Amino acid sequence: MKLELVLPLLVPLGTAIACLFASASRTVQRGLSVGGSAGLLAAGVWLLRAVDHRGILAVQVGNWPAPFGITLVADLFSAIMIVATGFVALAVSIFALANLDAERERYAFHPLYHLLLLGVCGAFLTGDLFNLFVWFEVMLMASFVLLALGGERPQIEAAVKYLTLNFISSGLFLTALGVLYGKFGTLNMADLAVKVSAQPTGAALSSAMLLLVAFGIKAGVFPLFFWLPASYHTPPVAVAAVFAGLLTKVGVYALVRVFTLIFTGDVPTTHGLLVWISALTMVTGVLGAAAQYDIRRVLSFHIISQIGYMTLGLGLYSTATVAAAIFYVVHHIVVKTNLFLISGAIAHVRGTTGLKALGGLYRDLPWLALLFLIPAMSLAGIPPLSGFWAKFALLQGAVAVQGYASMVVALAVGLLTLFSMTKIWAEAFWKPEPDGATGGSRGAVPGAMLVPIVALALVTLGIGFFPGVLLDYAARSAEQLLHPQAYCEAVLGRAP
Amino acid sequence: METTLAIVIGGLYAISFYLMLRRSLVKLILGLMLFSQAVNLLIFTAAGLQRGQPPIIPPGASAVPTPHADPLPQALILTAIVIGFAMLAFTLALARRAHSGLKTDDLDELRRGEQP
Repeated sequence: MKLELVLPLLVPLGTAIACLFASASRTVQRGLSVGGSAGLLAAGVWLLRAVDHRGILAVQVGNWPAPFGITLVADLFSAIMIVATGFVALAVSIFALANLDAERERYAFHPLYHLLLLGVCGAFLTGDLFNLFVWFEVMLMASFVLLALGGERPQIEAAVKYLTLNFISSGLFLTALGVLYGKFGTLNMADLAVKVSAQPTGAALSSAMLLLVAFGIKAGVFPLFFWLPASYHTPPVAVAAVFAGLLTKVGVYALVRVFTLIFTGDVPTTHGLLVWISALTMVTGVLGAAAQYDIRRVLSFHIISQIGYMTLGLGLYSTATVAAAIFYVVHHIVVKTNLFLISGAIAHVRGTTGLKALGGLYRDLPWLALLFLIPAMSLAGIPPLSGFWAKFALLQGAVAVQGYASMVVALAVGLLTLFSMTKIWAEAFWKPEPDGATGGSRGAVPGAMLVPIVALALVTLGIGFFPGVLLDYAARSAEQLLHPQAYCEAVLGRAP
Repeated sequence: METTLAIVIGGLYAISFYLMLRRSLVKLILGLMLFSQAVNLLIFTAAGLQRGQPPIIPPGASAVPTPHADPLPQALILTAIVIGFAMLAFTLALARRAHSGLKTDDLDELRRGEQP
């Protein structure tokens, strides 16, 4: 048994169970939650090192051989995603200590949070499509409850929409699995890759399109994103931050996985469609953000436009662009989580995130203003921050495959992102506070909020000043993704 | 048998999408319910139907007799039914909560929380 491969699942599961048993004591639960998240980060780093040294790892659960049993696989892409998950989990679990009310913590916030992480990690590690569906459901179940927890009216309304769209997405996912199984008699991803490539082009196209819609809903691409800006601004910031940072990326991960491993027979059709979808996603997301006047709603719309960049990297389908997409995913997880956490800190100090009621934050809290600028400018792609390198790598890759039209869209959307970020800056930080503002608590930002914000900002700066490390990892993961022979060999135990 | 089931599945998909497109919360839930059942039937049918051929090794033999029903899709459906049941239970609880706050069955009323 390869323990490093199973540990990212065992740690959150164990933490969730332990938190349930400790439900009587708030202090013990909090300690367990932060400790469990730190453990997940450590397990992720261990896994990444193991994959780095020994190549792709695979475990057949219960020793049932490959196409029949459940396979857990970790290649570099999965391992990088697990590390990013662990990092965000740790940051948000610390932030949650200052953000959540006693009521929510008593009603099982901590166990649910770790079950959510379990679902996310499971989705990154599984090598079987049906198992991926099960992990999605684990993740969704936890996210439904986290979204509705507290029972405020906007939350309940948001939960109805979120649940309906995700229910439909799961149904379409299962439909695709039924059709795939009927045609190919297997749902193991590596086995499918071998069997689909042996069939004439187009045999798997119907399933590919169904999966594109199913994962597209989860990732929030055009025109399937409507649930996202309708729901992400309603729960407490700690919940919204982990949703914004991780959940849509699970959809992107699933898209990257199936469209590099299984559905590669008809690249002009499937990936050409992805390029169009990506361009429309970027444009609608950023235009939607321009019309919003609440920080969290602006940020929610920006998740959509940034998802477009990631799927664009996949759609252009070369080693360089897929590598850029992976770099983009990691950068965006860090930056977007941080921006949501900062909006939480603003809400804590001022009692609102509405841009019209805010103002004067630069005068009162210059440090918070600086901490906002780092992820905001990184999101817009200002050098030398992480977002610049992500966009630069993507554009460089696009030049090589002559994707000039998508380059123009990407650059224009970058400019509009800068517009949105400067709008938040000008309205919330720079302009004097409007007369008759709601007031709210005028206290300082608590330490438990500041620590994760600073840590995430440092990582953004770190990626910005030393992009080589992550670029190298991303390039090698893309190399593995676009040459899936090693993956199939690790899972099936023989050369395809 | 496949043809009959295919028509039934198509009908169930159509009905469930029609119900989901209505404005009523109750019809939405009925639609979701039918949708998950339609999907289960689709997996069952797409994987191939075998009548009266359980995948059980008879006493004395060493392998399953060759036309036999594939047990894997049935295992998949069983899992999907359990998950669908849990989702449905949560949906019903949520709908009850939404209804007690909204005092209406009209989904368009949910827009109010979305105003900027």
